[in-house]
Amino acid sequence: MSITTKDVQHVAKLARLNLSEDEEQMFTEQLNAILQYADQLNELDTEGIEPTTHVLHLSNVMRNDEQRESLPIEKVLLNAPDEEDNQFKVPAVLE
Amino acid sequence: MSLLDNTLQELHNKLNAKELSVLELVNQTFKMISERDGRVGAYLTLNEEGARNAARRLDDKLAAGEERGLLFGLPAGIKDNIVTEGLRTTCASQFLSNFNPVYDATVTRKLREADAITLGKLNMDEFAMGGSNENSSFHPVHNPWDLDRVPGGSSGGSAAAVAAGEAYFTLGSDTGGSIRQPASYCGVVGLKPTYGLVSRFGLVAFASSLDQIGPVTKNVEDSAYVLQAIAGYDKMDSTSADVQIPDYLSSLTGDIRGLRIAVPKEYMGEGIDASVKEKVMSALKVLEDLGAVWEEVSLPHTDYAVATYYLLASSEASSNLARFDGVRYGVRAENPSNLLDLYHESRSQGFGPEVKRRIMLGTYALSSGYYDAYYLQAQKVRTLIKRDFDQVFEKYDVIIGPTAPTTAFKLGSQVDDPLTMYLNDILTIPVSLAGVPAISIPCGLADGLPVGLQIIGKAFDESAVLRVAHAYEQHTDHHKQRPTL
Repeated sequence: MSITTKDVQHVAKLARLNLSEDEEQMFTEQLNAILQYADQLNELDTEGIEPTTHVLHLSNVMRNDEQRESLPIEKVLLNAPDEEDNQFKVPAVLE
Repeated sequence: MSLLDNTLQELHNKLNAKELSVLELVNQTFKMISERDGRVGAYLTLNEEGARNAARRLDDKLAAGEERGLLFGLPAGIKDNIVTEGLRTTCASQFLSNFNPVYDATVTRKLREADAITLGKLNMDEFAMGGSNENSSFHPVHNPWDLDRVPGGSSGGSAAAVAAGEAYFTLGSDTGGSIRQPASYCGVVGLKPTYGLVSRFGLVAFASSLDQIGPVTKNVEDSAYVLQAIAGYDKMDSTSADVQIPDYLSSLTGDIRGLRIAVPKEYMGEGIDASVKEKVMSALKVLEDLGAVWEEVSLPHTDYAVATYYLLASSEASSNLARFDGVRYGVRAENPSNLLDLYHESRSQGFGPEVKRRIMLGTYALSSGYYDAYYLQAQKVRTLIKRDFDQVFEKYDVIIGPTAPTTAFKLGSQVDDPLTMYLNDILTIPVSLAGVPAISIPCGLADGLPVGLQIIGKAFDESAVLRVAHAYEQHTDHHKQRPTL
């Protein structure tokens, strides 16, 4: 499989990144090299092999559904780039 | 004898015996930092006032005869992807250049509760992505053994600070080799514990199925000492393991008679420097003289590990780094035209090239149409790699090889070629994929640069790893060699 500049533009959109033309060019070349290298994984027969998502055999670590103390609002908003009325403020979603 | 030649336990005893006050020790350490860090660049943020205040509190505690913690008075540096309440934590990224954490990571809390002193936050590759520390968006770190060379990465600051005497121990994080490889390049001891042994709560996530925090120290005893303080189940990290924590110091018996060592032929083959192989062979001879036996084995899927890792780690990273959107914290782009533009511009301005490259790779590998071919296939190959280790550990106690194929390379020499850079991790990545513990210890110098010996153990058998490393250290003095700065 080879990746085109158009693919790079599509992936950048999914990843919420704006790329310059130079970056598009660079990533197209570099991702192609990396993916070409990764294609060696397809040499292996993995029929019937279970995927490893995680090395510890944990499943559904649950906690009781109890009310707990949470961070005070001043702390939550300490790093907020913009805030109003104890809420994070962002530009209008709809124009 | 310099204070730096003491083990942590010796230093701890000196402090307890009031031969030295905690404040004096902290002041001396900051003096070293001010003399050396301009050349090394290990620190991103110093905690001078906080450290001195803490030192005074501890001195008062000692004067009052109150109970003291395991790491009483010992000055430590913390990698800058581990959150520290009230102390700037940047992940060496412009995105978080103004980030002031509102809580402590579990390991930060444990260090504080053990009465250690936080000197400051250590430089790294941005978001722990890299193997040379050149991806720090603030400044690179220079290897204390040769300032023109890289310290390794991503915990380059953690390793360089210990090598340069700018901290008595440090914490790093290891996803594919990020503690072990810089420890190797800087001639210090770096331990990556079993996945799940140390809580990840408060470690800024890169690849959640691989990330693990561990100590960087000058010797193996110190490594055991620090591990004792940070290991253990944490309900705040649902992937932390609920296992009994042994007494690691008592495992350092010096006795390795009858130990069965496996040496993978893939770790000693093509692409590994002759000088590195030679040092590893000499180390095996030392262990043999101590009564261990070694045999060559095969980990047949080693060659597939780097590709597997870069697909899996980048996929996890693309998901984990979605939280950096400029809404709740971090640097927000100015004058966005709408919310979508705010996300795009904040991320594009905040992330450096390697981080973008991995987000792009991961997003691609997870995207519709490619998921099975890349991500799922990589997860299956991960199973094969893990099985390689399981099979060898049926017959052997530890696996030994080099930590890295070469010694530290020159700054700037690999920055334009990401794939070559990724291949530096070929001997550490398989271990991370299998989730087992491994340590890198100094095993000599090649052309004046440190070579690292990697000792790999069974899951949760840090005791065996530490025992072997310690036995080796007792009969060699490589760990006592220091760079001249």
